[in-house]
Amino acid sequence: MEAVVQEQAMEMVARRRSWRVSLEAFSFMSPAMVLVTLFFFIPVVLLLWISLTNLSSNTFGNPLCVGGMRDFCESLGIRVGRVEFVGVSNYRRLFADRFFPKILGNTLFYVFTTLIFFNVGLALILALLTTHIERRTGFLFRAIWLLPRITPSVIYIMMWKRISADAPYGILNQFLVPLGFEPKAWLKEAPWLFVIITNGFVGASFGMLIFSSAIESIPRDYIMAAKVDGASTLQIIRTIIIPLIKWPLLFVTTYQTLSLLASFEYILLLTNGGPGLYRTEVWSLTAYHRALQTYFGNNQWGYGAAWGFVLVVIGIIFSLIYLRVFRFDELVQEPKIDAL
Amino acid sequence: MRVELRNLSKRWGNVVGVDNISLEVKDGEFVAFLGPSGCGKTTTLLMIAGIYKPTSGEILFDGRVVNHVPPKDRNIGMVFQSYALYPHMTVFDNIAYPLKLQKLPKEEIRERVQRVADMMGIGHLLDRKPGQLSGGQQQRVALGRALVKNPKLLLFDEPLSNLDARLRLTMRGEIKRRQMELGITSIYVTHDQVEAMTMADRIAVIKDGKLQAYDTPEELYERPRTLFIASFIGNPPMNLIRGVEVVRENGTYWTQCPAFRVPVPPERGEKVAGQGEIIMGIRPEDITLAAEEDGQGVVGEVYVVEPLGRDDLISVQLLGDVYVHFLADPHLKLRPGMKITMHFDTSKVQFFDPESERSLLWG
Ligand SMILES: Nc1ncnc2c1ncn2[C@@H]1O[C@H](COP(=O)(O)OP(=O)(O)OP(=O)(O)O)[C@@H](O)[C@H]1O
Ligand SMILES: [Mg+2]
Repeated sequence: MEAVVQEQAMEMVARRRSWRVSLEAFSFMSPAMVLVTLFFFIPVVLLLWISLTNLSSNTFGNPLCVGGMRDFCESLGIRVGRVEFVGVSNYRRLFADRFFPKILGNTLFYVFTTLIFFNVGLALILALLTTHIERRTGFLFRAIWLLPRITPSVIYIMMWKRISADAPYGILNQFLVPLGFEPKAWLKEAPWLFVIITNGFVGASFGMLIFSSAIESIPRDYIMAAKVDGASTLQIIRTIIIPLIKWPLLFVTTYQTLSLLASFEYILLLTNGGPGLYRTEVWSLTAYHRALQTYFGNNQWGYGAAWGFVLVVIGIIFSLIYLRVFRFDELVQEPKIDAL
Repeated sequence: MRVELRNLSKRWGNVVGVDNISLEVKDGEFVAFLGPSGCGKTTTLLMIAGIYKPTSGEILFDGRVVNHVPPKDRNIGMVFQSYALYPHMTVFDNIAYPLKLQKLPKEEIRERVQRVADMMGIGHLLDRKPGQLSGGQQQRVALGRALVKNPKLLLFDEPLSNLDARLRLTMRGEIKRRQMELGITSIYVTHDQVEAMTMADRIAVIKDGKLQAYDTPEELYERPRTLFIASFIGNPPMNLIRGVEVVRENGTYWTQCPAFRVPVPPERGEKVAGQGEIIMGIRPEDITLAAEEDGQGVVGEVYVVEPLGRDDLISVQLLGDVYVHFLADPHLKLRPGMKITMHFDTSKVQFFDPESERSLLWG
């Protein structure tokens, strides 16, 4: 009863001051809003616009000068080329692409395998291990694990190319052949394995840091109490630690899904989508290939933009699903201070 | 269960937490570990629970060395100062947790949790999360969780220090009653000597990781073996007066210093007569306002009056900058600056060596 009355009272106060409050709120949010507008909304709108044109090396011109704008642009001396508004035909082409199912499947396989086994799974295991050993050793181990992340991508991938190279160069072969194994061109034999490992080793360090700080902030009394209550180490992890780091777990899952969806540079450098046709081609790499790197020297920016835009939509859909399923709104508690 | 500590020590590098403690807790006994903050009480308790490994020494349960038995196999119930209730579980799940780990049937778990919860008076709170409970309720849940698995040994780490004074009194009685009813051997860590005195069968006084004394509350109160015990046990604390001499004149023993000269009973006097300047201890309750001047009174000036409700705690300045405390009836309306004469009842007076700080009567 009391709570309801109090809530109503607070609502009234809030409404009376809502105009002022929302102005204040907007002024606090404005820096973030400027950034999001500049670096997300405007690029996405441009992307959508380009994806509705036939902009390519052949038709090159200013994509804003289509339809009724052509003559006006020409009179200003802007290069108009043969760019034209083509409606949704790029999208029709995309969904009719022979390799569309293959690329979609690759993307989902790549994102979720890397996510489950490395970016969340391995990260959690590393965090648990490094918080259960001596503090300084754990810290050192985590610092070493961060090295690949600060290594330039090209160097990091060159290392892996050497490791997985064909005999007589491959480091892996040099270890395996003396043990009686056949030398193999490992990268061609198991391209996915290396794509996932190279991404996963780097990706795991993010979750590792977040999880280990979350684990270290769990009061020691809970762990001690659980031990006295009769729990084994595994039971403590399952019944105490994991539930208490639920939010970091969900956050890392969401964040890493999105960053894996958009990531392609290691794959580009390692396999470039191969070997063969589209063996490890993922969505963002396709967008890159269509727009910026084709066999025939014809960069189809309009078509590539369509792939890019669909990826943005997929990312938004995943975010919405995660928001609903994980109930992130519960994470943000009502502030305990009254409106000013 | 009988618990025995043999030369138990815990060190971290050169930090000494616990230093060579040996003691025995009898089956069904309620023992308090009493000592100032940082003296190693929690460390000792956590070693008994199996969470810390002793650096040296042995822990025995019923005569069996348990140093290498993991906590889950020790059958101990423990109540933490912070309560350590699992925040993501309901009260029911918190209390049921030890039973679930034992994989007992669901029906039995439900029954036992309900029984313990009803006993603790929290049967109606089972669906709540710990964050929705008051401190006292959380305390009861923690106690329930410790009791539900019928432990052989109960460990308490300052369980009442987060409660208000009134609730502390209630819970003190409640814990003591449960322990007596159930007859579970208990070790109770506290830095509050009133708690230790009122609840424990025996008290282990610890200072700087060392066991100072291990005895019944009466013994510690009546026959303190060191200056530290004398000053730590009792509330308000014992008055300690330095530079006192005991002399024998005409068959009577006198204790004297510049501030006063009062007779001492011969049993006590003969043990300390002629030892030069020593420390005299007299409890506030053994000092009273003298009815009339009989030549044996101690004269002083009231310095501070602290009303405690039933009594006033009076601080008196004697000659030579000596201060003593005693309790007086508020109706007497003593005020700072008043000159008063006190009577020292020396039948329970204590004497200590100023060098070794050991008792000269019981040392
Ligand atoms: N993990 C640790 N590493 C190093 N020193 C420690 C550790 N735990 C405790 N100590 C030290 O050991 C001593 C005893 O600590 P302990 O926690 O047993 O004290 P306590 O008697 O329980 O005090 P309190 O009444 O304040 O709880 C302290 O000096 C403390 O600093
Ligand atoms: Mg402690």
